[in-house]
Amino acid sequence: MSILIDRQTKVICQGFTGKQGTFHSLQALDYGTQLVGGVTPGRGGQEHCGLPVFDTVEQAVQTTGASATVIYVPPFYAADAILEAFDAGIKVIVCITEGIPVLHMLRVKAAMAGSDAVLIGPNCPGIITPGECKIGIMPGFIHQPGKIGIVSRSGTLTYEAVHQTTREGLGQSTCVGIGGDPIHGMTFSDVIRRFQDDPQTQGIVMVGEIGGNEEEEAADYIKAHVTKPVVGYITGQTAPPGKRMGHAGAIVTGGKGTAAGKVAAMTAAGIEMVSSPTDIGVAMKRCFS
Amino acid sequence: MNIHEYQAKQLFRLYGIAVPEGGPAETAAHAEQVARELGGKAWVIKAQVHAGGRGKAGGVHIADSYQQVTAFSRKLLGTRLVTQQTDAEGLPVNTLYVEQTSNIDKEFYLSALVDRSSERIIFIASADGGMDIEEVAATTPERIVSIAIHPAAGLQSYQCRKVAFALGLSSEQFRPLEKIMSGMYRLMLEKDASQIEINPLISTDTGALIAVDAKINFDDNAVAAHADITALRDPGQEDEKEHRAQQFGLNYITLDGTIGCMVNGAGLAMATMDLVKLKGGRPANFLDVGGGTNPEKVAEAFKLILDDPNVKAVLVNIFGGIVKCDVIAEGIIAAVKDVGVKIPVVVRLEGTNAEAGRTMLSASGLNLIPADDLSTAAQQVVALAEGL
Repeated sequence: MSILIDRQTKVICQGFTGKQGTFHSLQALDYGTQLVGGVTPGRGGQEHCGLPVFDTVEQAVQTTGASATVIYVPPFYAADAILEAFDAGIKVIVCITEGIPVLHMLRVKAAMAGSDAVLIGPNCPGIITPGECKIGIMPGFIHQPGKIGIVSRSGTLTYEAVHQTTREGLGQSTCVGIGGDPIHGMTFSDVIRRFQDDPQTQGIVMVGEIGGNEEEEAADYIKAHVTKPVVGYITGQTAPPGKRMGHAGAIVTGGKGTAAGKVAAMTAAGIEMVSSPTDIGVAMKRCFS
Repeated sequence: MNIHEYQAKQLFRLYGIAVPEGGPAETAAHAEQVARELGGKAWVIKAQVHAGGRGKAGGVHIADSYQQVTAFSRKLLGTRLVTQQTDAEGLPVNTLYVEQTSNIDKEFYLSALVDRSSERIIFIASADGGMDIEEVAATTPERIVSIAIHPAAGLQSYQCRKVAFALGLSSEQFRPLEKIMSGMYRLMLEKDASQIEINPLISTDTGALIAVDAKINFDDNAVAAHADITALRDPGQEDEKEHRAQQFGLNYITLDGTIGCMVNGAGLAMATMDLVKLKGGRPANFLDVGGGTNPEKVAEAFKLILDDPNVKAVLVNIFGGIVKCDVIAEGIIAAVKDVGVKIPVVVRLEGTNAEAGRTMLSASGLNLIPADDLSTAAQQVVALAEGL
């Protein structure tokens, strides 16, 4: 078991014939992902990376039976791509695109409210169930099938956590990058709830950062509902207030969303907090000894 | 992206939000001319900088003669204004805003912003105008009212009435307030503003509602779609290096330490800074080289770091996902040759093509210290920077 995706998951790619779409589609195929086609409006009927190209997501879904999509569409068109996938009945929508205007995402979230489809990202590395299905831009070879669920707002910090849990021999059940934008799809709590319910997942790594209050909400959720060991790390302790640290969502405003506040909330929820990003794997390993 | 008060007020006029009459000036003579054209007996002279707290910092003066207009203008223009929101160097005052004075009866706070937790545009209002709203929120939260706008329904009249009642406005002022709020809401949507703040919004002795101050912040991800807004950018108000970084698609923020950091990914870049501090060093910057990186971009990133005279050593930390390590290595080598690096550079490469990248660095014959463990790399760079 894993969460959200497995070896059966059929995936399409939106922005398929673009540079990013092409590169990462080939990587996904190489990894063994069941990528079954792609969408580029106006290029329907062609073949790309040995797979069919469709004009619309609806056609792609009807023909291939895909239930997941990955979006590599430029920022001003990405909200449209998300909603096209949602409208076509896709259940797992992964949006890699960085730089989507926040008002676009506000409308996307309002449109998707109350549905059973999930949005992962935007501005994220994607989701991977090691050895089964890779949807996104993460380097596949650092992963190893195993028992740790990883959830993070940062791409490369997720890779750190993956690398370390692989090195400690723990491996990963599923890794989800929820993205660095202020308004985004799945939250920490959404992912952690699924990890708690997933029998393969025996431990959880949660990597947060400054800005917003999702980590605090997740801490409350964990305290009330999670019985599996959780290791946490928060980045941005040295970030100056009022400055946007690369991610659109990584900003401390009016004394809110500080690293110290998040660490305190997570510690109080019983999460094993590490102060160095290099200690994540070791701390997780310790939870099982 | 921030704009000046005078620019924000020009936008307010376009959106039917009442502001006092006024005009910008870049010389003392021009300021006096603006005052003469406005007429009246007194004028407010306001330094135009991208920071709040101008009044307390001496950036706002009231002049009651043309001589005073000239005198205050001379005093402000060409200086740097240091406020509680700027760093110690402050921001350059190159433009003034000369404005008619207003007869203030009451002062309010009114703002609209994108709220990340409710995922809505919200309005925040308080009868405690002119004050630091964060302080009001912390000490007397009951004096703040907020409303959330559903994107499909848009701003409704009842929501404006709720704000009006909370502010204690008279019934004649309901319509004018609704006009201001709907103007703000339209401005948010049409120009992709992420925050519009009016502090204070005043009620005059005749009951008119006027925006005496105006602050607008735009969504950096959206400004490219608005040529009229990008034209309002004032690079003089931005950190020169941060601005230069943006031209190359880099995220750079100046800090005051001695260890230059170059990292891929915002989260890992922050974590690297934190780790440097944890090992007893001080980071000189935040720098995320981002995705889709090419050698030119990496070279530019390197130049930015090495431009800072405080930097004693550099830590390059790359976990390759989108960015391949051999591409990074190529960029590092090109930049080190180009710039002529004299300080030690510790490089930690991991991920896609890491081995190839490390081999290229070792074979370069340059002052590059490869490390494959992040903890060790941080320790090494701190030791080098501190001269231990």
